[in-house]
Amino acid sequence: MVRDLQIVEEPRRPVSMDPKKFALWLFIVTIIMLFAAFTSAYIVRQAEGNWLDFSLPTIFYWNTGILLLSSVTMQWAYNSAKRDDLKNIKTAISLTIVLGICFLISQIFGWGMLVDAGVFFVGNPSGSFMYIFTGLHGVHLISGIFFIIMVLIATVKYNVHSKNILLIEMCNTYWHFLNALWVYLFIFLLLNR
Amino acid sequence: MAIADIHVAEDTHHEDHLDHEQSFVTKYIFSQDHKTIAKQFLITGIFWALMGGLMSLVFRLQLGFPEATLEWLRPIFGGWITESGKLEPEFYLAMVTMHGTIMVFFVLTAGLSGTFSNFLIPLQIGARDMASGFMNMLSYWFFFVSSVVMFISLFIETGPAMGGWVIYPPLSALPQAISGSGLGMTMWLIAMMFFIVSTMLGGINYITTIINLRTRGMSFTRLPLTIWAFFLTAILGLLSFPVLVAAVLLLIFDRSFGTSFYLSDIYIGGEALPNSGGSPILFQHLFWFLGHPEVYIVILPALGITSEIISTNSRKPIFGYKAMIGSLMAIAILSFVVWAHHMFITGMNPFLGSVFMLLTFIIAVPSAIKVFNYITTLWRGNIIFTPAMLFSIGLVSFFITGGVTGIFLGSAALDIQLHDTYFVVAHFHIVMGSAAFFGMVAGVYHWFPKMFGRMMDARLGYIHFWMSFVGVYSVFFPMHYIGIAGFPRRYYSFTNFDAFNSYADLNALITIAAFITMSAQFIFLFNFFYSIFRGRKTPQNPWNSNTLEWTAPINPEHGNWPGEIPTVYRWPYDYSKPGAKEDFIPQNIPFSETPESNFPNETESIKLQGIDKGDAIIVDETEE
Ligand code: HEM
Ligand SMILES: [Cu+2]
Repeated sequence: MVRDLQIVEEPRRPVSMDPKKFALWLFIVTIIMLFAAFTSAYIVRQAEGNWLDFSLPTIFYWNTGILLLSSVTMQWAYNSAKRDDLKNIKTAISLTIVLGICFLISQIFGWGMLVDAGVFFVGNPSGSFMYIFTGLHGVHLISGIFFIIMVLIATVKYNVHSKNILLIEMCNTYWHFLNALWVYLFIFLLLNR
Repeated sequence: MAIADIHVAEDTHHEDHLDHEQSFVTKYIFSQDHKTIAKQFLITGIFWALMGGLMSLVFRLQLGFPEATLEWLRPIFGGWITESGKLEPEFYLAMVTMHGTIMVFFVLTAGLSGTFSNFLIPLQIGARDMASGFMNMLSYWFFFVSSVVMFISLFIETGPAMGGWVIYPPLSALPQAISGSGLGMTMWLIAMMFFIVSTMLGGINYITTIINLRTRGMSFTRLPLTIWAFFLTAILGLLSFPVLVAAVLLLIFDRSFGTSFYLSDIYIGGEALPNSGGSPILFQHLFWFLGHPEVYIVILPALGITSEIISTNSRKPIFGYKAMIGSLMAIAILSFVVWAHHMFITGMNPFLGSVFMLLTFIIAVPSAIKVFNYITTLWRGNIIFTPAMLFSIGLVSFFITGGVTGIFLGSAALDIQLHDTYFVVAHFHIVMGSAAFFGMVAGVYHWFPKMFGRMMDARLGYIHFWMSFVGVYSVFFPMHYIGIAGFPRRYYSFTNFDAFNSYADLNALITIAAFITMSAQFIFLFNFFYSIFRGRKTPQNPWNSNTLEWTAPINPEHGNWPGEIPTVYRWPYDYSKPGAKEDFIPQNIPFSETPESNFPNETESIKLQGIDKGDAIIVDETEE
């Protein structure tokens, strides 16, 4: 009897986001927590005294610029993908990879400068933390570069375009995040000498 | 039901690539089906629980009967039994350490969350599988690798890690300090890294799935409390485990590369180590920033399972559904700001101590709300004492007992006496160990029919419950007195202290009770494995429960529902609704089919789309 009435409750579909994109954000959260732990440890340890003071290698100022530039080229690649501008995607992505690698190499030079200044990995925790921050950020950056290379390969195979934007969009998010992470670490180190 | 079906259309695209033929390997070993992965976690968890349990018997023997000879254990432990037939003291510490690590991480984190989050999330929110079946599979296999490494570490020459499950440096950092801090500790650290990766992969998946893959109508306020608990547990893990990674990484550098994050001014055999400038307290901060949330990672899923079971078997809606969610959230948030209550006497600014004391007391409030709601749900319910229900009620009892001692410990002044004594051991074994263990067992009894299509034997379940319940209290309650009397934890033997002689009997009693409790678990094991193959076949909905998993076929294939995924129209706790035909109304029944029991606002929420508006008004007059 009731059935004939055609009563319809319309259950709403829950709001949702692309699961892959969402998972990437969660992954980013874990990285944030990792570095939050390290930088808090740094502050806690510094407050206890017996702390070696040294100035940051000058190269860090320069390579921060390089990294920021790579964010610009990454965004350029993403925008080109949205406009289906295949040639520019390839150029922009390749540029991003080159800039990323330049940054990594300059980090190693930075380590060299630290060693020259008498700051070693093994020694006062003040120096050890320095290497931990840069090294661990570097490791994440390498994962980012692999991600970009994946996108580049996909682009060459014509798999990146405005209808298939997810991969490069996630790559873009991740790369911007890694660069922001470095800027945070850099400023943090500048402020907490 | 015809009406309900009209509006479900999409979401079937999954099936085409799920239903194809599967080989043995992809079906049972490298499976991406959340149900199989859940069972893998469960079986591995049971294996570890057995290992951890047996270890505890070994060191309980030592504590209860220090004079007895353990010669008969030589075939198993070989050189770890001394000439005079006693346990090697270092081996005692190894057993305690491995017992703690195994129970906290492998059984009550991976075994509990891994089993029930995996099994229940897709089935209860109405999804075909996890967001990423592949990541889910990886999650199990990382856990497996971690298990293998940890297991091998039990058999190496220098013994497994011996520094306690909290691995405080410098003890854990220096192989010179204790033999287990050599290779054993290295393997512990490697195993834990794999473990953390596994937890992260699992957690990311759980959160993503719960947020993004709910079926139509499954709003957050219609989620079963199990899902809420798993959700918040996963968030806790995601935020706290990276901090353990940080702590462990620094420890690895200290151990293997000569840095001094945690080490300073250490003399061994009169000789100074080169390390200077480190701070062992730093490790404690980092560890407990994980450690305290971790204890809630262990208990929250158990509480979620309990909410579901108690409501179902009281045939009553859960009391204070929103308050339950609220207190889960409050616990989750507060659990990040109380870590230093584990460090009251390791040298903290007393003012800071009182801040952490206050925050610790505040966390007792949401915990008490939950307990209150369990009791009020039980109050005047038509209680059905299934084994799952008994274990859930047992959990509530433990949670109360252990919560009360938590208040003692949370007081910084009292903790000066109680810290690192058996009082703490009693506290956390009751509130965390036993409570979470009971939650896990309750979950197994309750969802066994869904997992294996058969029922477990209830009578054996009752025996298992009463032996465990009485056993747990007999083991851990006396420990409070022993603790207050000043027995420190992690001591190999007390026979050298005259003051402690008067407690020898009590210690022996505890050991006997521990053996009885453990033997009850074999009844469970028998019941579990026997029922998988020989148990009574289950009906579709054995507990007359409301949640979606019982609408799936008795033995669901990969993809869970053969046709459409059911749509959800109501919250999961419509038990004994006044006026209803039966004492439960599953979530997928629209209000339009239950006019006799709808509340006015529910009737209103039905959109009337009748051919003849006049007819539609009959809705709440219809009588069957
Ligand atoms: C009312 C709530 C609670 C309060 C106020 C509380 C308080 C405390 C305090 C102050 C300690 C440190 C004692 C010491 O080492 O001297 C402690 C230890 C512990 N608590 Fe609780 N607790 C509460 C609930 C819980 C819950 C729900 C769990 C787990 C599910 C738990 C698990 C533990 C564990 C595992 C330890 C010992 C860790 C170790 O040293 O090995 N507690 N608790
Ligand atoms: Cu705690």
